[in-house]
Amino acid sequence: MSSSHLSPPAILLRDVVKRFGPITAVDHLDFEVPTGSCFGLLGPNGAGKSTMMRLLTGQGVADSGRVEVLGHPLPAASRAARAACGVVPQVDNLDDELTVAENLEVYARLQRVPRTERLAAVEHGLALARLTDRRDATAAALSGGMRRRLLIARGLVHRPRLVLLDEPTVGLDPQIRAQLWSQIAEIRDEGATVLMSTHYIEEAERLCDEVAVVHAGRVVAQGGPRELVAALVGTEVMEIGGDADDLRRVERQAREAGLGTRRSGTTVAVLGAEHLDGQAWATGFRRPANLEDVFVVLTGEELG
Amino acid sequence: MTTPTRQAPASAAGHPSAERPARRFEPAVVGAILYREWRVFRRVWFSTAFGSIVEPIVYFVAFGFGFGALVAEVAGMSYFDFMATGTIAIGILFSSVFPGLINGYARRTEKHLYDGQLAAPVTVAELVTGEALWHALRVTVVAGVTVLVALAFGVRMGPGIVLVAPIAVVTGFGFAATGAAFAAKLRSWHGIDIVISGIIAPMFVVAGTFFPLDGLPGWAQAVGYANPLYHCVELLRGAAFGFEGLLAPLGNLAALAAFNLLAWLAAVRLVRRALID
Ligand SMILES: Nc1ncnc2c1ncn2[C@@H]1O[C@H](COP(=O)(O)OP(=O)(O)OP(=O)(O)O)[C@@H](O)[C@H]1O
Ligand SMILES: [Mg+2]
Repeated sequence: MSSSHLSPPAILLRDVVKRFGPITAVDHLDFEVPTGSCFGLLGPNGAGKSTMMRLLTGQGVADSGRVEVLGHPLPAASRAARAACGVVPQVDNLDDELTVAENLEVYARLQRVPRTERLAAVEHGLALARLTDRRDATAAALSGGMRRRLLIARGLVHRPRLVLLDEPTVGLDPQIRAQLWSQIAEIRDEGATVLMSTHYIEEAERLCDEVAVVHAGRVVAQGGPRELVAALVGTEVMEIGGDADDLRRVERQAREAGLGTRRSGTTVAVLGAEHLDGQAWATGFRRPANLEDVFVVLTGEELG
Repeated sequence: MTTPTRQAPASAAGHPSAERPARRFEPAVVGAILYREWRVFRRVWFSTAFGSIVEPIVYFVAFGFGFGALVAEVAGMSYFDFMATGTIAIGILFSSVFPGLINGYARRTEKHLYDGQLAAPVTVAELVTGEALWHALRVTVVAGVTVLVALAFGVRMGPGIVLVAPIAVVTGFGFAATGAAFAAKLRSWHGIDIVISGIIAPMFVVAGTFFPLDGLPGWAQAVGYANPLYHCVELLRGAAFGFEGLLAPLGNLAALAAFNLLAWLAAVRLVRRALID
């Protein structure tokens, strides 16, 4: 048994509903994020990931249900919750009129970092963002990747116990994404709880102890990335190409063999391919099953 | 492996005071908002000061010389003296209501600045107060420069004019909050035209700024007396050229205090509604 199950969860949502007019963005949602874990929210555009994040900072108020962050009930105690939270938003909201260092310093003040520790906090943030040599540049002058790094460092400037990352690596080149992954891994290794939403399967598989697949405001599956894959799509997938008729035929034959399929572009992916043994129709490219297969099977949608 | 009372390692425990129980309204957070504005102002103060020199000169030349040639005396003082105090008041109005309105809208919508600030332990009341207070303080610079320009144009104001600073703060806070309240209701930049031509323009004219209210029809006079800018102008005239008794300025102050309270309450309510969903 892991220790985290004995301490209260860092995040607790019970039967939470959030509507925007006719749209139900969060639909009777239940989940818990254990303290000290890295938890991933995986879902297509509009699934309700950002809306959930806003509920956790009191910037959105649930229509019904119970929301608790680090033991603080929301929205009533949202200030106490936010004091212990670091938020990295999906939409870049750096302060373009301030310099890099000032962005960090103003946040340190807003987060009530004591005067004597503020300078060190800013320096730590600069180092984290790898922007020490650009400290006096205005945020407006940074490149897209630098802005993301600063945005993440700003969210961490007060060493929060809980970090909310809403698509932290969206739109970055692979190299910078890998750098950010190591940043996130560091936060996690220092003992903070991390909740991150993402479109990138690889990101979730590498970083998250547990993921929840979200679709239309609900959690449709939850568990460790590997367990989820094993339970829902098996260990191997075979990609089989061909024309439209071939693909339909493969789908039918897979169904007869009791195996699931998913279309991806010009191929059909036959799930649970480890159970295939040399059927004539099943010739293609074998690869390990991944979270994306789980995702498509559950939501019927490709990731963005 | 199982340590039931596991603590997060020290490095992730957070700054000790960052989580002390918070009051409902934290002056330190207002201070942080002011600090942000101050950092920006250090870089742009010149354009603020420059703008507040040029604008009154335009008014003094156009109204003072142009109009003053036709009208020698108004309300027992020279027209130039009369409109000089009106010009200071207009500087106070414009330099607080426009930033409140324009920054308020841009920071909520295009820059997402407020979203970022409210993700920190900041309440809407602290945010609104900090920004309005900053505009109120900044407006003392504008009003002070306008006084210097008036003196250079030969307006003979008494030492009481040093009161221009507190008058600017008291009026500027309310107008900045008013701007923020309207900004919270705007759906697009187009709405700004309505606020400017429908509210701000009549407000700066019907206030005893360039002509006294006495000559207006009764209903317009009533509007003028309800206009906070009128009370600001009256206080400025008293400060510059002497108060007649205590009752009138106290009445003006009371009117401005009521205005500030209403504007602040409206701004907090509307901004909260616009930012928290
Ligand atoms: N302020 C709002 N007003 C109206 N509708 C909203 C608002 N915020 C979110 N929605 C709606 O709620 C739904 C969920 O949106 P949300 O931003 O949470 O999705 P998401 O999972 O973060 O998507 P993405 O991956 O594209 O960021 C969408 O249908 C969206 O249009
Ligand atoms: Mg989102």
